[in-house]
Amino acid sequence: MDVFLQTLVAGVLKGGLYALIGIGMTLIMGVMGIINLTHGQLMMLAMYVTYVLNTMGVDPYISLFVAMPLLFLLGVAIQKYLLNPLIKADTILPENQVLMTVGIGMVLTEIVRFKFTSDYKYITTTYSNQTFFLGEISFSMALVIAFGIALAFTAAMFWFLIKTDLGRSIRATAQDKDAATLMGVNTGRITVITFGLGAGLVAAAGCLLAPVYYIFPDLGGPFTAKAFIITILGGLGSTVGAIFGGVTLGLAESMGATYFGMEYEDIIGLTIFVLVLLFLPGGFKRLTKV
Amino acid sequence: MSYFMVEKLVKYFGGLAAVNGVSFEVQKGEIFGLIGPNGSGKTTTFNMISGYHRPTSGRVLFKGREVHRLPTHKICHLGIGRTFQVVKPLGRMTVLDNVIAAAYSRVGTHHKAREEALKAIDFCGLMPVRDVLAKALPIAGRKRLEITRAMATRPELLLLDETAAGLNPSELLSAIDLIQKIRANGTTIIIIEHIMHVIMTISDRIHAINFGQTIAEGTPKEVAANQAVIEAYLGTDYA
Amino acid sequence: MKKNLLPLAVVALIAALPLVLKDNYYLHLMILFLMWVVIGSAWNLIAGYTGQVSFGDAAFFGCGAYTAGLLATHLGVSTWWGLALGGFTAIAVGLPFGWICFRMRGAYFALATLALNEVLRHVATIAEKFTGGMVGILIMPSFMSKVPYYYIALAMAVASLASLQWVVRSKPGYYFVSIREDQDAAESLGIDTHLYKMLSLAYAAFWTGIAGALYMNYMGFIDPHVVFNLHDISIMAILVGIVGGVGTVYGPAVGAFVMVTVQEMFRSGFFGLFKWLGDVSGSASLVKVAEVLTQAHVLGFGILVVLVILVLPNGIVGDWGKIKRGVFRIKPAS
Repeated sequence: MDVFLQTLVAGVLKGGLYALIGIGMTLIMGVMGIINLTHGQLMMLAMYVTYVLNTMGVDPYISLFVAMPLLFLLGVAIQKYLLNPLIKADTILPENQVLMTVGIGMVLTEIVRFKFTSDYKYITTTYSNQTFFLGEISFSMALVIAFGIALAFTAAMFWFLIKTDLGRSIRATAQDKDAATLMGVNTGRITVITFGLGAGLVAAAGCLLAPVYYIFPDLGGPFTAKAFIITILGGLGSTVGAIFGGVTLGLAESMGATYFGMEYEDIIGLTIFVLVLLFLPGGFKRLTKV
Repeated sequence: MSYFMVEKLVKYFGGLAAVNGVSFEVQKGEIFGLIGPNGSGKTTTFNMISGYHRPTSGRVLFKGREVHRLPTHKICHLGIGRTFQVVKPLGRMTVLDNVIAAAYSRVGTHHKAREEALKAIDFCGLMPVRDVLAKALPIAGRKRLEITRAMATRPELLLLDETAAGLNPSELLSAIDLIQKIRANGTTIIIIEHIMHVIMTISDRIHAINFGQTIAEGTPKEVAANQAVIEAYLGTDYA
Repeated sequence: MKKNLLPLAVVALIAALPLVLKDNYYLHLMILFLMWVVIGSAWNLIAGYTGQVSFGDAAFFGCGAYTAGLLATHLGVSTWWGLALGGFTAIAVGLPFGWICFRMRGAYFALATLALNEVLRHVATIAEKFTGGMVGILIMPSFMSKVPYYYIALAMAVASLASLQWVVRSKPGYYFVSIREDQDAAESLGIDTHLYKMLSLAYAAFWTGIAGALYMNYMGFIDPHVVFNLHDISIMAILVGIVGGVGTVYGPAVGAFVMVTVQEMFRSGFFGLFKWLGDVSGSASLVKVAEVLTQAHVLGFGILVVLVILVLPNGIVGDWGKIKRGVFRIKPAS
């Protein structure tokens, strides 16, 4: 029972971070209608920002305030100069934008590899290995803090989307781009801001993950995969779904690691992906709609 | 047994009834008009007949056979063709290729498909633009391509969804000509149309719906004089 | 008939090449080029013609390669059996996936193929007893010379292009393009879109699987990271298709040539140009440039992806008019 509870706790804590990754992805998915296959690479970049700042003595949680704006700007630039120009081009494949994100991801990974080599980097903080106990269950200090901050960001994101004009414009664009344009929403600007926000959110996840994870250039790919599994799980474009998707994936991964063995951790996510495609096409979003 | 029959057709989207108990029968060889204000459920009815939507309840019978559970492509093979209100040209294919793709539903070889397609193109008067890319056609040409393509699938029953909308007066006249030519050819037609004088001129009988429900049916004259129809179109003040 | 003259001439030229070209290095590049013609054309059919973009061609490639390798290690038969069976294994793996994904529209298929490849890579890694895991499969090549492989690859490339040309000019070809252009319209014209998407997938999986089997035979070594590789196989396949021209018969052949050349150019530091310059001039900085270039070949590849999509979204064949105008500054006659 303790093992189970322990696994459950670990899964939920991880799920909080995954939700943050998923929300960024699903925002981009909803507004642009494309899968951002460089999502994990953006997170990797944020982790390296955290790492560099850490070597200068900056705490990872402080570097949030550097990494997020930086990645926001990078996201804005990517959307503005690399993705938006593609919309105008008359091409046979609408997936050109998706492919572009793959290319961007490769460039980011290789630039980082060039600068930092493929070696694993660690950030050690006083709380990296600290744990506390509630009964028999141990909690990793860093993960608990990360979970708390992730929750705060998620809540802030919801407030932003529901209460602010900009947030409403984003939701309107996600629902119907043409109608939003007719209503006077500058959808070009909205896509740029959305990609920036998505990048910023995943950057936050990167900073929070940095103290408890090892950092290397190729971690982008697996996390991109996680991000799209979360998005598919939650239903493409659904923000609430992304939270459920994130927690589900976190739980499933830690259950898989505990009961099947570490090497199965990655397969679990993919298995879920296939099962969702089979039995719940449309993801959790489907359950809430008729 | 009537030729074509729609029986108590109901379609809910979420909690909203788009079509709520519509029934009508169409005789072989007639032009049957379907009218109603925007959002009254006309296109949804077409979508159910042609298999794009499954009815929530009710039946569609074509020559005595239930067709409402069949996929769209099977319905086409049974002999029900359709056009789209929002035209769907196969943009990066030429007009001829658009129609050849349609003709393949009836013939197997490229040679025959081409022959069949050229016949349909000639019949509908698109010969001059047959090598033009579909996306380069003006709206009248696209509307006509819709009909040409549907004709190449050799339909017995043709569903025309607002083929006259957006046409100028001379294009309108030639569209009416074409529809009558298709009927003279032995094809039964159900037509949705907003332009009243078009539908009043060509229909043998008209079925009017509003809010997904039948409000009147009869000859064009009867329907035009019907109180409920006038109210639906002009509001109660004018009735 | 006159239209077919140029391709025939090119094939004759390529067939005659080994008579003059004795350098194994260039023969190797040509074999890779011919293999990529097969893969690129297969990708082009499903993505360029049918409009269902696959991001996981490596899954089919790997299936074919592992079929050949596993037949040899487990049954002791020749790896060449893989050439006959590899395509069918790829179909067997691909179709159930397609059957699920093609019911849904949008990005599902692209994502699912991506996931399929990941699953297969993990499976091939974990099932050590069966596949050899990370160690991979090593076989003795059948021929010492590269020339037999060269002609086998050429025959495959020609066969795949001929079959593609035949397919796109017949009923399925019209149906594929109709589905790409408008799925609703296609259904209304009596096209079973689900069935035809599956057919298109089967075709692509088949040829990609065969190419994988050829790779096993030719290279003599595979492991999960080599054949189930997102960048080197899946993305490369997409690039071959896009650079040449999506939805054109000969585009991927042009794309394969360009991409194999460019990739090798990056990998070898512009065919050793900088190193040679450095050695000749004795300049240490030029030698350094050569080293950096070689190290950064994946970066160059990534930048290429970005540039190709920005500048030539319809490829060399598809954007030929645009290229001509750009190069010769001819104003469009309109």
